[in-house]
Amino acid sequence: MHAETEVAPLVEMRGITIQFPGVLALDHVDFCLRAGEVHSIMGENGAGKSTLIKALTGVYSIDSGTILVGGEERVFGSTADAQAAGISTVYQEVNLCTNLSVGENVMLGHEPRNLRGIDWRATHREAARYLADLGVHLDTHTLLSSHSIAIQQLVAISRAMVLDSRVLILDEPTSSLDRDEVDQLFAVVRDLRAKGVAIIFISHFLDQVYEISDRITVLRNGQLVGEYCAQDLPRADLVTKMIGKVLEELDDIATSAERTIDRSAAPLLRATGIGKRGVLSPADLDVYDGEVVGIAGLLGSGRTELVRLVYGADRADAGHFELHGEPAKLTSPRHAIDHRIAFSSENRREEGIIADLTVGENIALGIQARRGWLRKLRGAEYDAVVAEYIAALGVRPADPNRLAGTLSGGNQQKVLLARWLATAPELIILDEPTRGIDVGAKADIQRKVAELSHQGLSVIFISSELEEVLRLAQRVVVMRDRHQIGVLDSSDVDVDGLIDYMANQGDAQSEGSVA
Amino acid sequence: MTRLMKHRLFWPVFSLLALIVINTIARPQFIKITMRDGEFYGALIDILRNCAPLMLVALGMTLVIATRGIDLSVGAVMAVSGAVTLTIIDGSSSPGSTSTVLVAILAGIGVSLVLGLWNGFLVAVLDIQPIIATLVLMLAGRGVALLITDGFITTVNSEPLNFVATGYLFALPFALFIWLAAAAAIAIVERRTALGVLTEAVGINPEASRLAGVRSRGIILGAYVASGTLAGIAGIIYSSNIRAADANAAGDLIELYAILAVVLGGTSLMGGKFTIAGTVIGVLIIQTLDSTILFLGVSSAQSPVFFAIVVVIVVLIQSPRVHQWGRALTGGFRTRPGTEVRNDAEVTA
Repeated sequence: MHAETEVAPLVEMRGITIQFPGVLALDHVDFCLRAGEVHSIMGENGAGKSTLIKALTGVYSIDSGTILVGGEERVFGSTADAQAAGISTVYQEVNLCTNLSVGENVMLGHEPRNLRGIDWRATHREAARYLADLGVHLDTHTLLSSHSIAIQQLVAISRAMVLDSRVLILDEPTSSLDRDEVDQLFAVVRDLRAKGVAIIFISHFLDQVYEISDRITVLRNGQLVGEYCAQDLPRADLVTKMIGKVLEELDDIATSAERTIDRSAAPLLRATGIGKRGVLSPADLDVYDGEVVGIAGLLGSGRTELVRLVYGADRADAGHFELHGEPAKLTSPRHAIDHRIAFSSENRREEGIIADLTVGENIALGIQARRGWLRKLRGAEYDAVVAEYIAALGVRPADPNRLAGTLSGGNQQKVLLARWLATAPELIILDEPTRGIDVGAKADIQRKVAELSHQGLSVIFISSELEEVLRLAQRVVVMRDRHQIGVLDSSDVDVDGLIDYMANQGDAQSEGSVA
Repeated sequence: MTRLMKHRLFWPVFSLLALIVINTIARPQFIKITMRDGEFYGALIDILRNCAPLMLVALGMTLVIATRGIDLSVGAVMAVSGAVTLTIIDGSSSPGSTSTVLVAILAGIGVSLVLGLWNGFLVAVLDIQPIIATLVLMLAGRGVALLITDGFITTVNSEPLNFVATGYLFALPFALFIWLAAAAAIAIVERRTALGVLTEAVGINPEASRLAGVRSRGIILGAYVASGTLAGIAGIIYSSNIRAADANAAGDLIELYAILAVVLGGTSLMGGKFTIAGTVIGVLIIQTLDSTILFLGVSSAQSPVFFAIVVVIVVLIQSPRVHQWGRALTGGFRTRPGTEVRNDAEVTA
């Protein structure tokens, strides 16, 4: 390990305080980053992780405290100042120009020039070299938008490499990557660490934090809890420090998976052979009343594609649907909503939250869309619905007039869930509802799902975290490479078994369904 | 005071008042309103009357812009509606009868509604980019108007028609009541029903709105229909004022002035949040400026440059960045975190 204490700190933040209207976001927080270490910042949503990072990168100005980089005191008025000081950030949700080519994105602002201006051949050659360092080999002339989010994330990281930074901040870099891609990224991170780059790593995946970190700083409610060596901090202690209480709640939820479902009546939803050319091979899906059906599969396995066809977000070109035993047409979100099916997308920012509307307006939007524009939900009725669901899901801050875009990821997810629950659906499709949110919010959302299914709501639950899927779902549909490879009873299988199944089983079936 | 300054209409209203004050200082009779034959007269009354066509067009434009769109065809729609209305009156045996004029006006408005529907169809159903979709009608519309008038400027002398632009009701210009009614109707429909918030949702995030079950197609279509219809009424007021249907001059460049008014009022061209009151103020600023040019006797050769300079000043007065600099100069140089502008800065990191 490289985190010997005698190494002089590269970045030192002392007594950082940031006050937002009504909230003390950071309260005299100290943070110390040494060259050649990977340092994780851990905390629940709202703990102050993002605020601390934004103070360091010049997005926010600080109310008090000092920032020293390489022993010199710095005041960052903008992100450009921070970049000039050698601090680069790769954000959670890819922030690149999707309408430019991969090469242009990687080299933006640093294109090699010749007498005629930008030397495009050299630009793309350079870009390809930086990408090759990450083990990515692709045509740099292709549009960024034509690549998966995973590749876009790697492009974002290689862009930070172009800036030749001394400090690299990775804010949830792995939330969209599959296991191989994470390994690839971590290889690069270790390589950079060996070269003396200081890396701040933020992730909600505890495994990854322990795999890559030398040191961990824990924040809670805007205050510093402490700084620890990763190998001296047992996992349970870390979680306790983050949430301030021992987390046993998740165990209570375990009962949900063992519940028996009455499958004698016609299923609420039966999809037979639904597929779309080039998107998903025909798949079958049954969901009974009060059942939680999990969908397991890697990113890009077809799990999201399957539920988008069910919801009508994309139109299926094969197969048919039955609802309560009756044939039904599900070709647009409106149809699905009329049949009391709700869908919460994995892509919260693009397809979920209306960032510039308030929390209340976001929650009421689902009901309002159902009622039509003429019958506005207003006054006491609006207040009651909004207050009820803010309380039921524990949205924080519990202020209906705050813009939804200013909430943390976990709270935005709760707002989305609230929007759909307020419409009283019979079936709710949750695509990665717990992605990129903290342990506490995760537990809240899982508990809510279990509770609702007990009350008879049917749920389709997609998550990359297989523990979650197995804990909540009675049956698990397994997807791979855009094929359905099987349906398992969750009581028959554990996480390792499920991983093995995803990796090795069902080759025969998938061959069959191609034809 | 600072709370007042944070109100989003503060700077538009400030700009408008500043223009009025400057005019009054230059020539004190600017502010004077006189009563003659039971009717009010004065420069301010003229502004309230003359702004009617631009006001109607800008109100429609506000709704279209809120859906992330733009309507370039409004000037051409004005020409068509004026041509339809005046051609009907001209061809009728009794051009002076109120019923003839009413039928002609309804026909003009009806045609405009259909043109708005066409724009909306191209944008909402065929998914054509708004700037291209409405450019079609912007270019073709005046041709259609010329076809209707046989290439001539149709002049009409009809008392009921003249009343629309130049008549008085309750001692005030009739045209003022038209735009007040339109603005009030739109504000009431948008805010008392859910149309406003659904329009904003569609404008802010179309895909999320679609998945939330919002009928965005209908909302977008409706915005273009409203814009076309309002432009049609504007065209009739314009023609009534000059007592002629001039296919080339009617609503010339009005789409750009309307966009300017919407932006001056504080609605973002990015779509989403919109303000009807802001647009009303924006139009009044432009119209006051127009009067200023006449009032101060700026020569016609200089007036475009004069106009442009004042617009730049008004835009600067409203710019958040300029406010920041202003605060820096006056000593309070620490900026607040968490504003929109600063969050966007992440993108470059």
